[in-house]
Amino acid sequence: MSTLPADLKYVKSHEWLKMAADGTALVGISDYAQNSLGDITFVQLPKIGTVLRAGETFGVVESVKAASDVYAPVAGIVLEVNKALDANPEKVNQSPYADGWMLKLKLTNPSDAFALLSPEDYGKLTA
Amino acid sequence: MSLPQATPLNAFHRAHGGRMVDFAGWDMPVQYRSILEEHKAVRTRCGLFDVSHMGEAEVKGPEALRFLQHLVTNDCSKLFPGRVLYTVMCYPHGGVVDDLLVYMRGENDYLLCINAGNIAKDITWMQEQVKGFNCSVVDRSPDYAQLAVQGPTAAALVQTLTRTNLADLKYYHFTNGEVAGVPCIISRTGYTGEDGVELYCASADGVRLAEAVVAAGGPFGLELTGLGARDSLRLEAGFPLYGHEITELITPITAGLGWVVKFDKGPFIGSDVLKTEKEKGSAKKIVFFKTGDRRIVRAETPVLNAAGEAVGRVVSGTLSPMINEAIGSALVEAAVAKDSLAVDIRGTILKLHLVKPPFVPLKKN
Repeated sequence: MSTLPADLKYVKSHEWLKMAADGTALVGISDYAQNSLGDITFVQLPKIGTVLRAGETFGVVESVKAASDVYAPVAGIVLEVNKALDANPEKVNQSPYADGWMLKLKLTNPSDAFALLSPEDYGKLTA
Repeated sequence: MSLPQATPLNAFHRAHGGRMVDFAGWDMPVQYRSILEEHKAVRTRCGLFDVSHMGEAEVKGPEALRFLQHLVTNDCSKLFPGRVLYTVMCYPHGGVVDDLLVYMRGENDYLLCINAGNIAKDITWMQEQVKGFNCSVVDRSPDYAQLAVQGPTAAALVQTLTRTNLADLKYYHFTNGEVAGVPCIISRTGYTGEDGVELYCASADGVRLAEAVVAAGGPFGLELTGLGARDSLRLEAGFPLYGHEITELITPITAGLGWVVKFDKGPFIGSDVLKTEKEKGSAKKIVFFKTGDRRIVRAETPVLNAAGEAVGRVVSGTLSPMINEAIGSALVEAAVAKDSLAVDIRGTILKLHLVKPPFVPLKKN
């Protein structure tokens, strides 16, 4: 298992959040999650402008084996989605923490990110 | 509790990074590296599958042929030693007990290859039906390991390990030989739509044979391949899988397997019902479809007509790694307009484009 990027925050449902200084954040799924799902064949993402509550379903990640909901780690509004995943969903397998990002969110309360799991705590959950 | 059974290659799979799942009561690798990559390897190079979970039954005795003609739908009188036949066996009501391969080893001596999940059921069924025939049915499943080497380079790979001339071994023929010093039934058969062989050997030799194939596989682009790729390959080729396209409730005629139902040979179990279905037409049909979209249309998804009413259900569905779109099969009412079918995938209506499989061009064997 690869090491968890130290600059990300995590949630139990296996999404990660990468905060930027301007109160926006990228969201994706963890390496552990992509590995559990296997080959990802389709990623369904929300429309730009969608308002998400913390823990709300924002899309579906589909692998050969199953279709799984993905959840917003924090509340926010969708500023951008990763359109490259339409044609190349396998980027989530190949690069879960960079090219495989899914959403760019503007956080309702940027401080919400502090309450999420650290790499150490998330690492213990998936050990 | 009943734990999944292990094939002789269980430790081999784990040592090679196989991701193990319970399949029909067997602890089997669904994949090693990637289902999509393993699938492509079999279409372009070759793959090694452990299919030791498949069952084997021996039918021997003076009335073995007469019994098989009664038991299965295809015509076993066409067999000769070294020839393999694909068939199904049915219940009196026409539903399918199992699909199987019949190997004629010699006069009054046949070996049947049956599905892993059906072994106990099939053996019980056959031992019931064999009463009154002067022959016996014996479960030999635990005695055999079975490896499938499949793909355009498969025969060339195996040829490096055997003195048997594979060029002389035609599709659906078999011979006894040695592969890597292991005595085997070498069978020019498979479940992928590609050229290749299936090797039956003693259980105790399974790992040695697998390791020899792996060791020789490099120049041929061999990939270890799991049950995930096995399923997508068979669906792309348009082959039925028991429990999906054929079941206790889906007859071979309904499933489009009329070509293995031979009424000319005389009566067999289910022949009356199947003949009536063939003459009067089936109420339902298995159809194959693609969608032009990557969303997988999974088994049990309702199939809708133009009015949005359910007129059937999907029985198999996956993403074809070769055409990069969802493919599948469905059981639908025979009378429906074939150009109007659709499915609702999480709120998106996708039209089903019906096709006659295979979904990809397959090489002639």
